Order: sequence, then structure tokens, then C-alpha cells
Amino acid sequence: MNTPENKHPVKKMSIIVSRGSLDGIYPALIMANGARMEGIEASLFFTFFGLNGLAKSTMDHMKVATVGNPALNMAMPMLGMPMTFPFPSLMGALPGMSAFATGLMNKEMERLDIPPVREFLELISDSGGKIYACKLAMDMFKLKREDLWDRVDGVLTVGQFYEESAGEGTHILFT
Amino acid sequence: MNKDIAGHTVDVNEEGYLTNMSQWNEQIAAAIAAEEGVGPLAATHMKVISYLREQQAAGAALTIRSMGRSGVVTTKELYDLFPGGPLKKASKIAGIAKPVGCI
Repeated sequence: MNTPENKHPVKKMSIIVSRGSLDGIYPALIMANGARMEGIEASLFFTFFGLNGLAKSTMDHMKVATVGNPALNMAMPMLGMPMTFPFPSLMGALPGMSAFATGLMNKEMERLDIPPVREFLELISDSGGKIYACKLAMDMFKLKREDLWDRVDGVLTVGQFYEESAGEGTHILFT
Repeated sequence: MNKDIAGHTVDVNEEGYLTNMSQWNEQIAAAIAAEEGVGPLAATHMKVISYLREQQAAGAALTIRSMGRSGVVTTKELYDLFPGGPLKKASKIAGIAKPVGCI
């Protein structure tokens, strides 16, 4: 469907990634790549815990939280159980639970041809999407440019982020 | 519904995608490409188009990820060849259904 001009098509998505868990980063990656596939420009701005997904040493090891996640029952169908089957919170704290849940999620995503984080960022970058890190968050977490994935397009301040997001038809999304 | 493309009558859906891939030929491809703002179809375009048609005929699900890993073309090339929506446009030009999916 092509959006007619009078419906003000989305021209650019400027997506902030503030969370560093697997379930925290994927929505942003899907949205950015999905935008590129529709010919919409896309930028990803990693801040706070989102930098977990941009740092070379951690981006291949992102996890799902099994503690404090009251909607884990949604993952039950992946184990052949109904979605209403509750996941006991205390079980989530057991050693290995996070790794198990993460493995399960990764397997399901691979089955749907969703790439792992690093490959997904490469795909988005190859598609013309821009990938930025937040300067303040980097200072806070004591990260240097060399600690980040080498294809990061820049380290920006919040003001630079707003400049980069300027334009009619640009939508800023906080995830 | 029917549409006349490059002098041929073909069955298309409301978005203009061919509903019967066997009705396709290269003139139709060229006409749709012009409509979609894709330049004259070069050999690289045709390589992608043949690959897409093969995959569709084999019933494979098309994703931008699998296209980039296909060995036929890289993701960057795909976006250069079909600017503004590589999978959407390439599939329309190739006379196959628009891939439904989020990747």
C-alpha cells in the first residue's frame, strides 16, 4: 500500500534504544529494519542500557530477564504449554533460567529468520540505516568509541540527536 | 482484476502485484519497473528477479535477510538496485506476490 501524500507518509524513524535486554532491543531493530524495507529513513540511537547491544564485548550475549518479568507466561507456547500457564517468579531466579529462556527466544527468532543482534545491525547499516551511541551514556558507563561495534556511525549528544532527527515526517520513538 | 501492462492483459491485485506469476514476461517487468521508479533493468536486476521467481516457485518465504545471504546480491546492492523498498519493488517487478513478513 502506498500512502497517498495527503495522509502524510512517515519519512523517517528516529528510534531511541534505552534497554539492554534481548526483549528490550529487538523491537527497535525490527522497527528500524522494517522502516528501511518501506523506503523510510531510519536512525537508531543507543542510550543507557541500550549500549549493551552496541558494545563489542556484550552485543553477542544479550539476555532475557526471568526475574521481575510477569509476562513470561507468553513464552509457554514455545514449550508446548498454553499461554495461560503461569511462570513462577521464584523459579526465574534459579541459576541457568535466564540462559534457558534466552536460548529458547533465540531459537524461535532464528526459526522466523530474525538475525542475531550483530547481524541485524549489519543488515540495518547495509540498508542505509544510521546507528548512533549516546555520549552521556558512554561517559556514564565508562565506554570509549573503541569499545563499540566498529560500524557505529557516531557518538551524539542529545542536541545532535535532535538535529539529526529534524525533518518533516520524522517520528521519534522511545523504546 | 485485469490490467494492461506493456500491451499484455494480466491479473493483478489491488496493489498492482501479479496474481498469476506465469503471465509475466520481461516487457511487463520493464513497464512495472518504470512505474516504480526503478531505472532500466540491467543484468544485475534480472539476476535478482530470476532468483525471486525461482524462490517463489519453490514456495520459499522471502525475507530481506535471506536475500542478503543468497549469494545473488548483497543487501547494499539490493537497496541500490531497487531504491525505496527493495523487497516490495523487486517482487512487483518480478511478477510475484509481495512478501508478507517483518524481516
